[in-house]
Amino acid sequence: MTKEATLEPELSHPMEELLRMDRIPHIWCPTCGLGTVVTAFASAIQKLEIGLDDIAVVSGIGCTGRVAGYVKIDSFHTTHGRAIPFATGLHLANPKLKTVVISGDGDLISIGGNHFIHAARRNIDLTVICVNNFIYAMTGGQVAPTTPLTANASTMPYGNFEQPFSIPYLADSCGAVYVARWSALHVRRLVTAIAEAIAKPGFSVVEVISPCSTLYSRRNRLGTGLDLMRFYHDNCEIKHGADTRELEIKFQEKITVGKFIDRDRPTFVQSMNNWYGKVFGDEYEPYEGAVE
Amino acid sequence: MMENLGLGIMMEVPTVIINVQRGGPSTGLPTLPAQADIMQARWGSHGDYELIAVAPSSPQESFDYMIMAFNLSEKYRVPTLVMMDECVGHMTEKIVIPEPEEIEITPRKLYDGPKDEYLPYRPDEDMVPWMVRAGDGYRFHTTGLTHDERGYPAMNAECQHELVTRLMDKIRTKADEIAVLEEDEVDGADVVVISYGISSRVAIPAVERARAEGVKVGSLRMVTVWPFPENRMRELAKEVGALVVVELNMGQMYYEVERVAAGNAKTILVPHAGGWVHDSEDIYQAIKGGAR
Amino acid sequence: MNELRISGFGGQGVIRCGYIIGKTAALYDHKHATLTQSFGPEARGSACSAQVLIDDKPIRYPYVSVPDTVVAMSQEAYDKFGGDITDGGTLLNDEDLVKPGDVTGGPKLYAVPATRLAEQIGNRIVANIVMLGFFTAVTGLISSEAAREALPSSVPERFVDLNIKAFERGYEYGLAATGKAPEGEKAAVDAE
Repeated sequence: MTKEATLEPELSHPMEELLRMDRIPHIWCPTCGLGTVVTAFASAIQKLEIGLDDIAVVSGIGCTGRVAGYVKIDSFHTTHGRAIPFATGLHLANPKLKTVVISGDGDLISIGGNHFIHAARRNIDLTVICVNNFIYAMTGGQVAPTTPLTANASTMPYGNFEQPFSIPYLADSCGAVYVARWSALHVRRLVTAIAEAIAKPGFSVVEVISPCSTLYSRRNRLGTGLDLMRFYHDNCEIKHGADTRELEIKFQEKITVGKFIDRDRPTFVQSMNNWYGKVFGDEYEPYEGAVE
Repeated sequence: MMENLGLGIMMEVPTVIINVQRGGPSTGLPTLPAQADIMQARWGSHGDYELIAVAPSSPQESFDYMIMAFNLSEKYRVPTLVMMDECVGHMTEKIVIPEPEEIEITPRKLYDGPKDEYLPYRPDEDMVPWMVRAGDGYRFHTTGLTHDERGYPAMNAECQHELVTRLMDKIRTKADEIAVLEEDEVDGADVVVISYGISSRVAIPAVERARAEGVKVGSLRMVTVWPFPENRMRELAKEVGALVVVELNMGQMYYEVERVAAGNAKTILVPHAGGWVHDSEDIYQAIKGGAR
Repeated sequence: MNELRISGFGGQGVIRCGYIIGKTAALYDHKHATLTQSFGPEARGSACSAQVLIDDKPIRYPYVSVPDTVVAMSQEAYDKFGGDITDGGTLLNDEDLVKPGDVTGGPKLYAVPATRLAEQIGNRIVANIVMLGFFTAVTGLISSEAAREALPSSVPERFVDLNIKAFERGYEYGLAATGKAPEGEKAAVDAE
């Protein structure tokens, strides 16, 4: 029976095509920002009109690591910190596939930090969506490399004294070609940023400041998820092209958001093909992937 | 490496990993040989599993067994380790590279049935599921978590039992089929020398010397070291007086041999902490000691 | 041996409730107690349960076989565990969150509006402690004196008073529900 011929109204979720509905409800807490991130990612795919067979998601471990399990495209839930190397392999085997890494700050910037900086340096054609909730949430609120100074974490019960990374500064200084930061409140801008990042050849990074009301907020007595969204509303300052050295996030102070970097640099595969083309001349057949 | 070896086993990714063993622990002996990672290869990743490992003893075998390793990893969808050692790793010898069309290649077990019937972890008759590639249009999910046939996480003891049993049985029940053993004058032998990798070369002069003196000594060289060839070893232990295990470690494979010998044959270890190969005299003395 | 299962959603404090029961029994009633817990990777909203064993002698097998007491703080927990109680066992639930159906084996049913009472006190996060008080009064498996001793070191310092209030509210409600205190108590609560 065709859709037109059905008399009963069909109830369906507008994102159904992109979600593994047989895995819903998801595991995330009420007021977590991850639902927004998944929706923004799905909207970006729709906006770009990418075929759903032409894009893959790789996640590491943690709350954000679970994103791979809910998107109905080729999706890989790997080991802690190793989403970027896994994605690098996937991309190099099939560079035509749009490969997107969606993982958390702890996963990508701590245990996976070295992979992050080298993938940026080599300009591997990946999009990294780094959901930053300032804490290791799934494992119980331990201090992360992004926890603001003085913020409380289960392993920093008297407040954090370790200098955190600023993700846009790190990405910029390692050579990423596209760097943006938005919060889970900036839904439309986030969709645009993700779409731009996916469309951009090379290593692109979108940091999403995301509320964790269960651990970060509770430990720091910042109220509910809604209170955090209000905080973003009142304290996020849009400053496109801001100097990435000035993007440090201080505890409960202003957060600078925007598109900071959009530059052109040959990707890893382009560099390889350019170089070997020079060295071997016509004998060299440019690499376009191992999958026919 | 070990965590992602586990991921390869869990996701059933055909993979070949080369370990050129040096003396350890820690940085140990960077340019000197050992075979002390044999148990790490088998048990190094956490959890229960079976995998395949081969041990070449020459440059020619390094070439040949590398192909064997790729073929086995494709056939069983399991990481396969090539357990070399520094001596073989840095050795130069003549090798014969066959014409490409003479090389037998086991094709990847790629699924080509109806798309809507595909389940990424539904085992085939050989217990090995069919594979698809990212970008092939199946939009599948895979994870390092315990999963069901759909590849979806399933956090319970029943699913764990079913999955781990299959992952182990797909190798364990095929151990005889996988095993490649080179036996020499084993029939009617009083003593059999068991070795693998570089040690199997080093053992030969000692075996020949003992034979020249009238000792009935055979040799069994393990080309594949994992899965352990239990059935053949058990049989052998019933037929001979002693099994002499020569390996560049303080006793690793020896305990496997001792386990299956189960008192039917005397088991003698010729240990070596690594840094050089065995002194032929030590092997000779062990053979003499084992002879009735 | 007493076998208890405290169940509900992640975030309701059911594990904490089981923890305090066990702690009370082990440290203040001087018995033996074992707590095991099962929960998913989710921090909130998933089915979650604590299993508590209390005995006069050391406990070997760490899980509940068939519980004699089940606390259900959610419909899902009730549906899953409500039918699995020893004959003559006890089933406690949050009456606003659970609609009891047919329960086989005929356990004794006791209901308390734990979450509503907690909200009246000032914060629904102490619904688990209201339930703890109710549990103490109804089952007598731990002594109220011991529970009062265990409570201050089991909750964040700034919430001690609130938790004590919650415990007493649940305890009084439990006494009323079991006829151990004047009936007027329950009526007064219902009127609120």
